[in-house]
Amino acid sequence: MNKKSDWVFIGLLSLCTAFFLGGCSDILLLNPKGPIGDAERFVIIASIALMLIVVIPVFIMVFLFPRKYRASNIKATYMPKWSRSGKIELVIWLVPTIIITVLGILIWNTTHRLDPYKPIDTGVKPINIEVVSLDWKWLFIYPDQNIAIVNELVFPANVPLSFRITSDTVMTSFFIPQLGSQIYAMAGMQTRLHLLADEPGVYAGQNQQLSGRGFADMNFKAIAVSREEYKAWVQKVKQSADKLDLARYEKIQKPSSDYPVSHFSSVKPDLFDYIMRKYNETMDMNPGAMNEESGSMHIKTGALEGS
Amino acid sequence: MFGKLGLSAIPYHDPIVMGAVGGSILLAVVILALITYYRKWTILWKEWLTSVDHKRIGIMYIILALVMMLRGLSDAVMIRSQQALAAGMSHGFLPPDHFNQVFSAHGTIMIIFVAMPFMVGLMNIVIPLQIGARDVAFPFLNSVSLWLTTAAALLVMVSLGVGEFSKAGWSGYAPLTELKYSPGTGVDYWIWAFQIAGVGSLMTSINFLVTILKMRAPGMTLMRMPIFVWTVLCTAVLMVLSFPVLTAALAMLTLDRYLGMHFFTNALGGNMMMYTNLFWIWGHPEVYIVVLPAFGIFSEVVATFSGKPLFGYTSMVLATMAIMVLSFSVWLHHFFTMGASPNVNIFFGITTMIIAVPTGVKIFNWLFTMYRGRIRFTTPMFWTLGFIMTFTTGGMTGVLLASPPADFVLHNSLFLIAHFHTMLITGSLFGYLAGYAYWFPKSIGFTLNEKWGKRTFWSWLIGFCLAFIPLYVLGLMGMPRRMVHYDNLAWQPYLIIAAGGLALILIGVLCQTIQLVVSIKERHTARDLTGDPWDGRTLEWTTASPPAVYNFATTPEVHGIDAFTDMKEKGITYLKPDRYHDIHMPKNTAAGFVNGILSFIFGFAMVWYIWWLAAISALGMLVSVIIRSADDDTEYTVPAAEVERIENLHYRELATAAAMSRPTGE
Repeated sequence: MNKKSDWVFIGLLSLCTAFFLGGCSDILLLNPKGPIGDAERFVIIASIALMLIVVIPVFIMVFLFPRKYRASNIKATYMPKWSRSGKIELVIWLVPTIIITVLGILIWNTTHRLDPYKPIDTGVKPINIEVVSLDWKWLFIYPDQNIAIVNELVFPANVPLSFRITSDTVMTSFFIPQLGSQIYAMAGMQTRLHLLADEPGVYAGQNQQLSGRGFADMNFKAIAVSREEYKAWVQKVKQSADKLDLARYEKIQKPSSDYPVSHFSSVKPDLFDYIMRKYNETMDMNPGAMNEESGSMHIKTGALEGS
Repeated sequence: MFGKLGLSAIPYHDPIVMGAVGGSILLAVVILALITYYRKWTILWKEWLTSVDHKRIGIMYIILALVMMLRGLSDAVMIRSQQALAAGMSHGFLPPDHFNQVFSAHGTIMIIFVAMPFMVGLMNIVIPLQIGARDVAFPFLNSVSLWLTTAAALLVMVSLGVGEFSKAGWSGYAPLTELKYSPGTGVDYWIWAFQIAGVGSLMTSINFLVTILKMRAPGMTLMRMPIFVWTVLCTAVLMVLSFPVLTAALAMLTLDRYLGMHFFTNALGGNMMMYTNLFWIWGHPEVYIVVLPAFGIFSEVVATFSGKPLFGYTSMVLATMAIMVLSFSVWLHHFFTMGASPNVNIFFGITTMIIAVPTGVKIFNWLFTMYRGRIRFTTPMFWTLGFIMTFTTGGMTGVLLASPPADFVLHNSLFLIAHFHTMLITGSLFGYLAGYAYWFPKSIGFTLNEKWGKRTFWSWLIGFCLAFIPLYVLGLMGMPRRMVHYDNLAWQPYLIIAAGGLALILIGVLCQTIQLVVSIKERHTARDLTGDPWDGRTLEWTTASPPAVYNFATTPEVHGIDAFTDMKEKGITYLKPDRYHDIHMPKNTAAGFVNGILSFIFGFAMVWYIWWLAAISALGMLVSVIIRSADDDTEYTVPAAEVERIENLHYRELATAAAMSRPTGE
């Protein structure tokens, strides 16, 4: 390689460094605000560090070898027949294998520890939150407080959050980057997620999975507050005149973007399970679409009972 | 009569779309006019469209890939400029409905209609020559594959002006692709384009599997095959095993959409997770399908231009086979976030990481091939060096994404986009472009201009870094993929840099176009008389450039891995045989082309629910295949005298080349 290409390389390298140094606090994943995100940052950094053991030599060789063995450098050794070396082959198979083994052990441990279904044990009773993804908004139900809120999530810092997540539309992904793990929301099914915020703050929440026209608008603020502020907030929501009954839910559920943050002082009992069941108990719960089939099914059941 | 098709299907109101449609139609009209003006219709029909010659089919595949790359790049321009603009209050210039179509088309086109045809094109040109065969095993099937792929590409192009394209991403996740959430014709265009091209690819893979296993020259044992042949063999196995899964998944989705079934719907027993699994059981091997042949190209290039055999041939073969087998055990890493148990995630995480080992071995093999070599820095070698550097970082981010805890935060972010573009641009496209420059003289007859080739390389490499390094950072900043607009203003500067990177890539494309024009102008001075412009090591370089229609007048005999180098050392190159024999070659046929046209009509009719037309065209395809199968007269003979005449021409060229090199004295 020639001088020109070296300069290009140095330029690119410094550009990369500049990227990472500039605006560190904006790099959310390297700036987590909870134990899950913290552990995930550790996995990212540890894996990169381990892999650099192989990557750095490759980078050195990819510059050194072409420079030294360029055709114009007649002084360099030329071995036109040399094409195998047991020692080198042993090393190039072994070193990556060792690194991958170490990485394998690392992910074995961390994947079990960071299982999104696993409750976070801090000795504090977790707050249960039910998440429903809709076109194109998020509904958060607090079953223990019997309140609900659209497009904003409020919770106390340093208290574990236990999410049940479903969708009343296509597949989406529930994600608060600074707290850690995301998980898919799917209709007729529930997924689980456990998170914790270390400190009060306003964190970006989003949908990470394309879900149609309003996908880019499915953002919400995840607001971590102190326990006192949280209690006060629950009381405030309880004062709200709006109630989330089935009729109101059907209205919210209609596709729309930029739905305003709305508070509901009470929620239809078991709304979350109702939304899930819509897709499972199709005979009674999904009128309209499949009337004919469900009708014939009923007759069949009846016939069976008769015999 | 015309199903759902009406005048309202044409998006008159959208200036961007109509501009693109107008541009495409204008270009097509100009090309057709030029063909008419120069009276080339007969030649085009007799020598190209109906050709079953693997070398011509290969060239047509690559032309298709390059044309579709322009379309894919225009989509990329729209994505990058939209995201560079649409921060905060600005919503850019594309509404979500349009933007979603653009990135769905970009992904579909770049994978199915650029990477695949480019790869299959190079395979076609090179494989029979490298194994010393006269053609592929099934030349007619080869022609059918080409025209099915072209028909599918045409279907995507037509969706621009008639109706719409899918808005559900190139991977078409259910239930977003179900009728309830995507009622338009877009998903149907996507389904039929994928389906028709998929059938074409499946046929190609069967063809090459048989060609490589059954048609090698005497003496070429499996462990003497050039590495490119090995990688294509592994790719063909992957295609044979994975494409039927895609076909089945799309067929089920088709049944959902057309007949109201419930394979992947939300309700009534449908399961969208099944679609996701099936798609990636094809989708992940697909990544290796397009990457492995590129690895093969890099192996050929690095050995030739280092003037040494490839380091660790056996390791390389084993590594390729390991990747082939393992690639079927990793698909779940595309959706660690779907709620599987930690043990399931760990299994797929670790199998994915294991693939890094054989891939790492390959990188070191290329490096040690250069070690103690005499390296000539030609354009293909530049692509190879650029590839090793960028691909290593792409591999690193890949292993990172294979770790479930890291993936929990990086999944579906721009980090993922940056990762797989690194793999597909530097891993595949750089390889194909290296192959393009490397085998261009073989298939056309003159070498490409080096100066413009290197300009192309530098624009691509620097443009690539500028376009995708910011995307890694944006992923770490938490930006999801596929955002039509966003509120976080901190993201914007990076997206502007990425747009600048794309501009540089476009300059690379311009340089490549100039390279082609300049090279055509200089073709008389850059003529490849010997057929061996690079001091090559494998059989394809023993033939004339371009090779005679029958490739080899006498079947070569192989005694080692680098068959041609072996001959050169023994001094038995270009030996004149005692006498020539008649050679039987397959006749050209219009059946493949007709099949392509009919499959396009079939796809279009299905998209628009024009049932009678679909039935007629399907019947037509069947009939054309039956007629062709019943035809016993599919071969013609090149008489020995004609072979001798063609071969003597080449010997005269060789003599001229020798005379030209003698006075200057090397």
